[in-house]
Amino acid sequence: MATYNLKINGKSLQVDVDPNTPMLWVLRDHLDLVGTKFGCGIAQCGACTVHMDGNAVRSCQLPVSAVESSEITTIEGLSEEGDHPVQKAWIEHDVPQCGYCQAGQIMSAAALLKSNPSPSDADIENAMNGNICRCGTYTRIKAAVKTASQNL
Amino acid sequence: MKSANTKINRRSFLKVSALAGGGMVLSFSWLAGCKPTAKEMLAMPKEWFELNSYIKIGDNGLITLFSPNPEFGSNVKTSMPMLIAEELDVDWKNVMVEQADFYPERYDRQFTGGSQGIRQGWVPMRTAGATARALLVAAAAQTWSVPSSEITTSNGEISHAESGKKAGYGEMASLAAKMEIPEDIALKEIKDFKIIGNSKKNVDGKNIVTGKPMYALDKKVEGMKYAAIVHPPAFGMKLKSFDKESVSGMSGIIDAFSINLFKDDYRRNFFDTTTFPEIIAIVGNSTWEVMQAKKNLKAEWEEAPKTEFMAAGFGGNATEVTIPAGLENTSSHKARMAEYINKPGNVLRRDGDPEGQFKNAHKVIERTYSAPFLAHNTMEPMNAFADVKGDKAEIYGPTQAPDLIRGTIEQALGIPKENIQINLARMGGGFGRRAYSHHLVEAALISQKIQAPVKMVYTREDDMSAGVYRPTYSATYRAALDENNNLLAFHVKAGGIPESPLHANRFPAGAIDNYLAEGWDIPSNITIGAFRAPRSNFIAGAEQSFLDELAEEMGKDPIEFRLELLKRAETDPVGENNDYVPARYAGVLEMVRDKSNWKSPQANVHRGVSAYFCHNSYVAEVVDTVVKDNQPVVENVYAAVDCGIVVNPDAAANMGEGAIVDGIGNAYFGEMAFENGAPTKTNFDKYRMIRHKEAPKKIEVHFVQNNEDPTGLGEPLFPPVFAALANSLYKATGKRYYEQPFAPQLEMQNLKM
Ligand code: FES
Ligand code: FES
Repeated sequence: MATYNLKINGKSLQVDVDPNTPMLWVLRDHLDLVGTKFGCGIAQCGACTVHMDGNAVRSCQLPVSAVESSEITTIEGLSEEGDHPVQKAWIEHDVPQCGYCQAGQIMSAAALLKSNPSPSDADIENAMNGNICRCGTYTRIKAAVKTASQNL
Repeated sequence: MKSANTKINRRSFLKVSALAGGGMVLSFSWLAGCKPTAKEMLAMPKEWFELNSYIKIGDNGLITLFSPNPEFGSNVKTSMPMLIAEELDVDWKNVMVEQADFYPERYDRQFTGGSQGIRQGWVPMRTAGATARALLVAAAAQTWSVPSSEITTSNGEISHAESGKKAGYGEMASLAAKMEIPEDIALKEIKDFKIIGNSKKNVDGKNIVTGKPMYALDKKVEGMKYAAIVHPPAFGMKLKSFDKESVSGMSGIIDAFSINLFKDDYRRNFFDTTTFPEIIAIVGNSTWEVMQAKKNLKAEWEEAPKTEFMAAGFGGNATEVTIPAGLENTSSHKARMAEYINKPGNVLRRDGDPEGQFKNAHKVIERTYSAPFLAHNTMEPMNAFADVKGDKAEIYGPTQAPDLIRGTIEQALGIPKENIQINLARMGGGFGRRAYSHHLVEAALISQKIQAPVKMVYTREDDMSAGVYRPTYSATYRAALDENNNLLAFHVKAGGIPESPLHANRFPAGAIDNYLAEGWDIPSNITIGAFRAPRSNFIAGAEQSFLDELAEEMGKDPIEFRLELLKRAETDPVGENNDYVPARYAGVLEMVRDKSNWKSPQANVHRGVSAYFCHNSYVAEVVDTVVKDNQPVVENVYAAVDCGIVVNPDAAANMGEGAIVDGIGNAYFGEMAFENGAPTKTNFDKYRMIRHKEAPKKIEVHFVQNNEDPTGLGEPLFPPVFAALANSLYKATGKRYYEQPFAPQLEMQNLKM
């Protein structure tokens, strides 16, 4: 066990956990930030995607000890009012079905648009390919990313 | 005007003092449009009045509707309340939706599956709304001393034209709750619908995009422990012993013990198809710690003997179930299924003299199709929260079928039903998997053992290797042709492990004079269960691929050929019990022909068509494939759907798009195999799922406009895609695809997948 001072969604938070504990479980079990989801545990599905210093990372493969002073943003901290352009576009296109993958999809999309505000179809497919949607909302996700890109 | 007898859902008027469901995330319909303005924002009422178990009205006019069915992504949490709101005659903006708990004394059918939510809820939901509206009108009539018949309502307002009196629903709610419930109630005419047929956004949209806790996996209470499970590594094996010491002393580990789901004298029901009744549970302080302990746990497994028991069947009749012993292999499954190409099956339907016609045929075409076991792979792995103390149990879990697991929980815990409360979590996908809810029983047993609240979660590996798979199937089709290529006879022989996929009375039965259908099955100890459009999800692909090849052999356009057969079935049907309406079937084929511009595709586009009827709905689909950089790409999918009245069109289209993506994914990649009883894939690194890059670039879902009562939607768009894709790939590559998944064969043709 070790103590970590984390910067999450603009707040300083402290946890006392095993250094190998993935951020996914630190967020979910220890910090009650359960918007970040568990899907596979091996960086294959994207359900656990968060931002580390603005980049999309799979929190299931990110040990808490590797986070150090990096800024972590989760779906809960993407915007204060739930009105990030990506979130708004997701509602406009009524993207979610079961919804379980969508926090991860939104975090991947938001990171993409940050680095590439006007992505092509191929850019979107590449950036989002690590996020599985078992319900098959891919065409809506693509449309929503494009809408968000216009409203940045 | 249609009239409904309120008796059919009398139980919804049962009053209870405290409404369950407090403290959950609220789902506001008006929040769907992001942040409401101050004016839009209705304050929470000081007092709520319950008009029936679906409807609460606040003193300020805010409406809460309870959505009875579990939500797994088909959006019933929005569309079922829409039915209530329509007849209640309220402004959707003032509606708030809450997920009802499992409460069979108050709700009729809290089951999600078989695409029946809207179909079966169509009259009861509207009746609940119309009855509550009638109570409000009666309350106003009494207050104003005017006849009810002179009172009108609109958008949550009650008016009496002559006296000019007006009141909001909130003002009359308290009195309405005390009025006598009318016996018969008039339902709206279709032409008067204001909410039904107009797209409404997912009531949980905002909660989803902001990451609010809604799933059982998100549950946490004071003092809650975490649990992981360890199940046998292979089908045909069971627990022999385990070494508790191998995990005790590990960080955060509290206990490890085995649990058994079924008491010896328990009579299982049809949905008690759990794979491994005895498993090991590890309890600890966090998910990560119990997952670590899982890896360390030392256990010995042994081969399970053959077991036989009586189980209550689907309809309630007892059936004998045999689970054979042994460790099964995919290679031997395939070999045993292939024997049936030449072995007879059980005759399920015979019209005319098919055997005689085949003997005299000028030409016989015979093709065999097959598909592997499939894992559901819901995005949220199986899990459940349970708090069992003394003789009381509270369970919160992802289940499609709480009613089917309650008895199992009762026997496992030895706690009477009345003391077991099951609350319904939003599910991260279902697809049939969560009709089998033994994860709830497991969590409950673990909690009972430790007498503390617990959240049990499967790893993805547990989830993928614990069974309840779509069975593996095979079907051989034969057609007899004369020298002029006229169709003389048709023969289908289909089976699987452990069940046959055949629906003997479906198309093309009824359209061909000489028709033979045979079924067969091979027993297995691999646990199977419902998977989106059970049986149809295979047989549609086989049948519609064969019809495509047959049309080509006969020199006919594939749509024309199907329409000819359907014309025959309509005007002069062969045999009885044909379970489809040929005109509606033909209707969707004509519609997709039109919408896809079938006759004049874009250059370099390879198209395939397919149509199927299941879950009371008709669907035809056209898939357009292009080959780009040596890679087959699905450019467009056109679907024409006849599911009667469409309640929430945009959400319905979303569901349809998802089914199409799901079908293409499984046709290309879906496959579970076994070696010595052990699943060969346990996570998404090996089990390939369709991703963004392989999804169709565009999907168009078109609905036939009619006034038929709504039928199924979640499943019917799934089965036809397999053949539409296979038929378009044939056009693209010149090769027919008989064996799912298709990707390995495409790769053998040097195409990139
Ligand atoms: S849970 Fe992290 S990628 Fe799947
Ligand atoms: S919405 Fe269900 S997994 Fe994506």
